[in-house]
Amino acid sequence: MSYIVDRRLNGKKKSTVNRQRFLRRYKSHIKKAVGEAMNSRSITDMGNGEKISIPTRDLNEPIFSNGRGGHMEQVLPGNKEFVTGDRIPRPGQGQGQGSGGSGASDSGEGMDEFVFQISQEEFLDFMFEGLELPNMVKRKLAGNDSFQVVRAGFCNEGSPGRLNVVRSMRAANARRIALSGGKRRNLKLLEKELEQEETKDPALRDQRKVDQLRLQVEDLRSRIKRIPFLDDFDLKYNLLVKQPRPSSKAVMFCLMDVSGSMNQATKDMAKRFFLLLYLFLQRSYEYTEVVFIRHHTSAKEVDEQEFFYSRETGGTIVSSALKMMRDIMRERYPASEWNIYGAQASDGDNWNDDSSTCHKILIDDIMPHVQYYSYVEITPRDHQALWDEYRSVEQVFPEHFAMEQIVDVGDIYPVFRQLFTQKVAA
Amino acid sequence: MLDTAINTKQPISTTSEWTFELIQEYDREIALLAKEFGLDTYPNQIEVISSEQMMDAYSSVGMPVGYNHWSFGKQFISVENNYQRGLMGLAYEIVINSNPCIAYLMEENTMTMQALVIAHASYGHNSFFKGNYLFRTWTDASSIIDYLLFAKNYIARCEERHGVDEVEALLDSCHALMNYGVDRYKRPYPISAHEEERRQKEREEYRQRQLNDLWRTIPKMGDAEEQAQQHRFPEEPQENILYFIEKNAPLLENWQRELVRIVRKLAQYFYPQRQTQVMNEGWATFWHYTLLNELHARGKVTDGFILEFLQSHTSVIYQPPYDSPYYNGINPYALGFSIFTDLRRICENPTEEDRAWFPDIAGSNWKETLQFAMRDFKDESFILQFLSPKVMRDMKLFCISDDDREKEIEVGAIHNEEGYRELRAKLAGQYNLGNREPNIQVYSVDTRGDRSITLHHTQHQRRPLGKDTSEVLRHLHRLWGFDVHLHSLNGDEITASFHCPELGRDRSEDEESMLVPKPI
Repeated sequence: MSYIVDRRLNGKKKSTVNRQRFLRRYKSHIKKAVGEAMNSRSITDMGNGEKISIPTRDLNEPIFSNGRGGHMEQVLPGNKEFVTGDRIPRPGQGQGQGSGGSGASDSGEGMDEFVFQISQEEFLDFMFEGLELPNMVKRKLAGNDSFQVVRAGFCNEGSPGRLNVVRSMRAANARRIALSGGKRRNLKLLEKELEQEETKDPALRDQRKVDQLRLQVEDLRSRIKRIPFLDDFDLKYNLLVKQPRPSSKAVMFCLMDVSGSMNQATKDMAKRFFLLLYLFLQRSYEYTEVVFIRHHTSAKEVDEQEFFYSRETGGTIVSSALKMMRDIMRERYPASEWNIYGAQASDGDNWNDDSSTCHKILIDDIMPHVQYYSYVEITPRDHQALWDEYRSVEQVFPEHFAMEQIVDVGDIYPVFRQLFTQKVAA
Repeated sequence: MLDTAINTKQPISTTSEWTFELIQEYDREIALLAKEFGLDTYPNQIEVISSEQMMDAYSSVGMPVGYNHWSFGKQFISVENNYQRGLMGLAYEIVINSNPCIAYLMEENTMTMQALVIAHASYGHNSFFKGNYLFRTWTDASSIIDYLLFAKNYIARCEERHGVDEVEALLDSCHALMNYGVDRYKRPYPISAHEEERRQKEREEYRQRQLNDLWRTIPKMGDAEEQAQQHRFPEEPQENILYFIEKNAPLLENWQRELVRIVRKLAQYFYPQRQTQVMNEGWATFWHYTLLNELHARGKVTDGFILEFLQSHTSVIYQPPYDSPYYNGINPYALGFSIFTDLRRICENPTEEDRAWFPDIAGSNWKETLQFAMRDFKDESFILQFLSPKVMRDMKLFCISDDDREKEIEVGAIHNEEGYRELRAKLAGQYNLGNREPNIQVYSVDTRGDRSITLHHTQHQRRPLGKDTSEVLRHLHRLWGFDVHLHSLNGDEITASFHCPELGRDRSEDEESMLVPKPI
């Protein structure tokens, strides 16, 4: 007789652990591939999964095997034209081999790549591994949409599904013992008396007393029996309570220069940088808001779509964006509740007199309130006044301010990593 | 019951949709037929699974429980990739040599395929597992699942205690030597998982004591004379390298020895499968063919069913010729199926040639003869015994001889009167595991000196060792803990030597890296 079992509903991800072990082992390969992929990708598919390829020889599990050479005999199927004694030139190897056993080396070593796909999730994991938003310190109870259900002992009321059987039975047992205590003590006494009476010589036995005792014993027994086995108030339920989960709220200000001096390629790089940042934020922190500010001579708060994709040109006044950031901070993101981050990308061009204004706004109004401010300058040229002003800001707030220069697309990912590398607490 | 089942002329099903009732029905019919044909089987457990689960099963060598290791993950990823890109279909079935015999059916298959798999796995392979002498002597079907569970839990505990990396590194090394963890001639005792756990404790103590004896360095009185007539250790060369390491490696911890043992046990469990591929697949294929055709002859299945069946059956037993781009060695299904089918023909309709070649079996009862052939042979002896001239002719087998001292390849025996015997012997030799894997044995250990271990490779027809050799030695070095030497011998002459750490290299480098797991 055969048993037929439907296993389709059983777990199907049995190999997940092994898959993860594999990814873990080849982390360095995968990281390299992810890094390369970041630089070659177009903006729109930044966050997709990635094909990873690892040279097969790195994955090889070596075993003892026969090498080539020596005398090999082989039986093959499908003979069409050969008869015994035929001589066939060696296929593939034109040159004669040296004699002796050790000469044959595999020239055509299998350089096949082991190619496989990692999911978007895994891709981003590898991409942002070891990165964090620095100085995330303020933790606040944010909103009311995040709760954690925890056990909090037992209670007398609840839904039947939460019934705690052990506790209920224990309570019932205790109640029965308590309610029948006196009766059982009496019962014991009576039983003893009865026994004494019964063991007496028949001549001395007082039959009336015996009968009476028996009646009393019966009566007590039935009374004890009448105590209910389980009563309503024995029932105990597991108590679960909801606890609000504290979480960190962060807001990210993205500031981008869209002035005339920024050509298409520069803008593209800036966009990539912000996209990377945006993906990182979305992923790392649930309560992260992003404010997009773009500026030429005047600044404007825009939505994501417009920030990345619409075109505008004009002169450059950087301080306009900083002012706007300051105002929005005051209005909507009190520093007592929010972790505030700023990221700015520009080509370094600025209206000459404006750079010192920028310096002042940063030092006085912005830096004291933000957790971290990063500035990337996308230019292959020499730095201008803005860079120097920012340098001096960096000297005042070395912990909270970082600046880097990006020259071409290949720099974006390394610079990004550098800016947000997890700082080990000193 | 048997009569009524045979007399009803109604086909069991007419569509290709399967249901659990239908599977049950087919299984019952096939079981009745199998009994009629005299197949003796373990009870069957047929499990219906999805394709994802099939991929899981694939990557853990078909085992329902397995310990965790990255190489299974690699296997899984490549299966998953190929399947998703449509490069390969999943096998119809996986069947496990256990009692009850577990066979997997994929839910995507049609009713015909399910019936095919039931016949192939649950009756073909199953009866082979139960009947063949190698499986009977070397594996214990009733305890394997328990043992796997023990192994999985034990390894998980080790990972908790000693870290994933360390366990992984050790398993890597054991896997590299897995094929050398087999006793070829001694029969191991089957033991249950419970027993295993109890013994594992015992072993721990015993091993340590034994080791201390072997590696005792405190000089004894009168030692000088003894040393003079040093015994070689081990006295006889040892073929089971993992066993030797488990018992004698000086530096391994107890848990590490236990891991070596687990890998060794698994290797032993798979050993019969590696030796009976042609027979096992041939037998199962022969029986699914015979059983389903019989069902058709009795009107149990429709013509459409049998056509669909034949279509997949022919693709299973297709043998591309040697010069085809699809050629990938001799197809064990094709070879095994041809031999068994021809055996039946020899019994039922012998020709003059058959009477000359197989006087004992020509004209005998085919069921008994096939049972005999299945029970008492392994691939090598099976081919040597039963490969008939007709099969050699049909498959157009020929033999080539590639000697690196010659300029050209020479064609040896072919499928003609003069060649049959030689061809048969050559083909049988090809299935001798001893010829396929290099013969490497533990030769000696320098117990008094630097504790190095020396292995000897005895060449077969002057064939050298492959390019992975030094990497395997690094694994062996990790297990042994001291220097490892490997000499490759042609007769008595050493033609190549491998060392780990390589001679002349700074040793400290190597020892540092010994315990650091990294892809080698």
